[in-house]
Amino acid sequence: MPTLAPAPALPLPRTACAHCGDACPDEPIKLTQEPALSFCCQGCRAVYELLAASNLCTYYRLDEHAGQKVLAVELPGRFDYLDSESVQAQLLAFRSPTLARLTLSIPQMHCASCIWLLENLFKLNAGITASRVNFLRKELSISYQPEATSLKEVVKLLAAINYEPQITLAELGAQPHRGNRLLYYQLGVAAFAFGNVMLLALPKYFSFTQQLQSTFGRFFGWLSLLLALPVLLLSARGFYQSAWQGLRQRYINLDFPISLGLTALFVTSVFEVVTQRGPGYFDSFTGLVFFMLIGKWVQQRSYDALRFDRDFASYFPVAVTLLTKASEQSVSVKELKAGQRIRVRHQEIIPADAILLRGQGQIDYSFVSGESVPVAKAAGETVYAGGRQMGEAVELEVVREVSQGYLTQLWNNPAFQKEEKASLETYANNVGRYFVALTLLLALGAVAYWYPRDPHMALRAFTSVLVIACPCALSLATPFALGAALRVLGRHKFYLKNSAVVETLGRADTLVFDKTGTLTDVKRSAVEYVGPALFPSHEEAVAAVVRHSTHPLSQRLAAELPANALAVTDFAEVPGQGLRGFVGGREVRVGSAAFVGAAPTTENSEPAAALQSKVFVRVEDGPAGCYVFRNVYRNDLRSVLSALGQHYRLAVLSGDNDAEAARLRGLFGPHAELHFHQTPGQKLDYIARLKQQGRTVVMVGDGLNDAGALQQADAGIALTDTLSNFSPACDGILEAGSFGQLATTLHFSKDCLHVVLATFVLSFCYNGIGLGLAVQGKFTPIVSAILMPISSLSVMVFATLLVRLAAWRRGL
Amino acid sequence: MTIIFLLIGISLCVALTFLGAFLWAVRSGQYEDDYTPSVRVLFDDEATPDETA
Repeated sequence: MPTLAPAPALPLPRTACAHCGDACPDEPIKLTQEPALSFCCQGCRAVYELLAASNLCTYYRLDEHAGQKVLAVELPGRFDYLDSESVQAQLLAFRSPTLARLTLSIPQMHCASCIWLLENLFKLNAGITASRVNFLRKELSISYQPEATSLKEVVKLLAAINYEPQITLAELGAQPHRGNRLLYYQLGVAAFAFGNVMLLALPKYFSFTQQLQSTFGRFFGWLSLLLALPVLLLSARGFYQSAWQGLRQRYINLDFPISLGLTALFVTSVFEVVTQRGPGYFDSFTGLVFFMLIGKWVQQRSYDALRFDRDFASYFPVAVTLLTKASEQSVSVKELKAGQRIRVRHQEIIPADAILLRGQGQIDYSFVSGESVPVAKAAGETVYAGGRQMGEAVELEVVREVSQGYLTQLWNNPAFQKEEKASLETYANNVGRYFVALTLLLALGAVAYWYPRDPHMALRAFTSVLVIACPCALSLATPFALGAALRVLGRHKFYLKNSAVVETLGRADTLVFDKTGTLTDVKRSAVEYVGPALFPSHEEAVAAVVRHSTHPLSQRLAAELPANALAVTDFAEVPGQGLRGFVGGREVRVGSAAFVGAAPTTENSEPAAALQSKVFVRVEDGPAGCYVFRNVYRNDLRSVLSALGQHYRLAVLSGDNDAEAARLRGLFGPHAELHFHQTPGQKLDYIARLKQQGRTVVMVGDGLNDAGALQQADAGIALTDTLSNFSPACDGILEAGSFGQLATTLHFSKDCLHVVLATFVLSFCYNGIGLGLAVQGKFTPIVSAILMPISSLSVMVFATLLVRLAAWRRGL
Repeated sequence: MTIIFLLIGISLCVALTFLGAFLWAVRSGQYEDDYTPSVRVLFDDEATPDETA
């Protein structure tokens, strides 16, 4: 990469852009001061100039591929809304006349250079006092002086160096992310207490320290009690809270026997220390809490950079151009009222349900409804929020406020109110319930046996049973097995929200797919020509004409047809109709059937949406033909479906029309349910019905229209092409490139459940040994101190190794 | 043997210092981003090309 360093020695076949590294056009854009450098576009040159002016060209040296191609979206006043008081109040984390601080999300950052440049922002704008990157979360914390600069200037600067922050509705009023530090505090305190209490407990285990024990036993006991107290009050709090919550919902989870065991352990120990009967079990108590907190930590560890909780607000813009009689201004989308007029430009998202007043709407609903082709809308028609306008700017009149929209109302469904869905019915919790019953029964049995013989022994046996029955190893089995599985899946670009999702995936029996964007690859589409054969010269003429249009279908067609440099004269684009132009004296018409004068065939009577994916062409008075755009299914779809079809019930829910029904039937086989024209609400209801039938449903989708279904399903998997892109709230994010491994990963999840069960058996063995000793009253502090760490550690190792083995056998 | 009281007192104080250091480290956010500092430390004097993350 040519930089300030000496010019490259090797002559490159094509000059690479000094900023982004892409190939330059034949006549690259040059810089007057440094003619050695070439740029592919004005945007890249502008970024380079800006950086060079401030001596920031180290940026290009730190990483080979630092710069990314600048996509020119120059809209005047695009960031005006950042001057608005209400927007600032919601974005800024801290605000005073001399200092303001906020955190911005910048998904583009990808390398060391990005970090370097973003932390050197103060060299570009003196008003910025500090900027700090959190690379894993792709966040930038900026402090600036409001007197010297403004929020708008800061964001404009970021946009100018091609790191435009992502500011959507979700960022407004969102609390700055604070990692869960409590668990770290709890872990630290528990580890500290465990280490020290263990040291104090050592003398009681060895005969040669008997003298030490007799002299200092009391002191050691009280000190251990003192050290264990913060563990009980701080570190173990989570278990008690969870158990109490479960009880209040009349539900016994695994934390209940844990709390019971911990209480018994602590109370017995206090009793022993206070009455000077013995040193107590404080080492076991602190150790138990410590190991179980490690389990919790493993369970919580997930992917920082990914968000699994996004709703429509993360997709919608913050501001929109409001048209008033006098002028146009940028206002916050939240302030939008019915009856107001707004302007939406090329590539902008329509924020609210509205009526088209002026302009030709070409609205891409693929993300909202699953329709694969942009929908043409004429003035007077209603457009729904969430669509992306392609082409010219349009004027709209808002009909409903943002929160009342057709799409946004989906989020009022009760499915979105449940916070922790499906996390209760885990194996561990089911086992926990039987565990409690068995434990109490055994404890009472021990009392009944011992009380007539030795009352003191009865109490000892009772507490011992409660203590040993504390399912510490059991509670570690699930987090470690599933945590290992989570990391294996993460290596294969399948990112799960937490380890509990692995269990849900493993128990799933029904798979529901969305079509557009999930089964099909939206970036590719097959174009098929139907009609009388075109001469090559005619095809070239068509290619030359469509190249002049920005209409999405024209661009897709242009990409398919052979490139050429034929001149087009008298080019005209009739909005909503088609294109017309003369190539080499021949008139070429491209567009709707009526526009080119094609005879209406039976095909034309299909629903309007199906017609959208056809483009008719006619050269001079020749016969009219048409190009049909077909969905392209993902490469591995057939093999994935055939592997899944044997084990799962499959279904397709598509918001699109049923033009592809026959092809899908062929792919999915005769038993799959195929549903078309599904609204987002219908998708949600369909999943709810399946769940009522007692099925465990996995939904695979990608768009906002699947958001309800993803939320309602036991496990919702969002498919995405790039991780930094928007993906709706879900339980797992699958990178599109790994779609071919879906079947393998699901089978692997099943294996992991077997691993969990095997680990349960192992931990039961330990509990069995312990219980055997406990009912005989032989459960002493030293037995506890040996059994407890061995069981915990072996369960951790066993679970992790077995999962690795399962992954290896599946070829993951 | 009373020296034991003193020794244990001292060792506890040392341990408490470490616990304090750990709590401070968590508080200052060091456990929230364990990647960026590893890149940041390579900046300044010597610009080292880092692998693309």
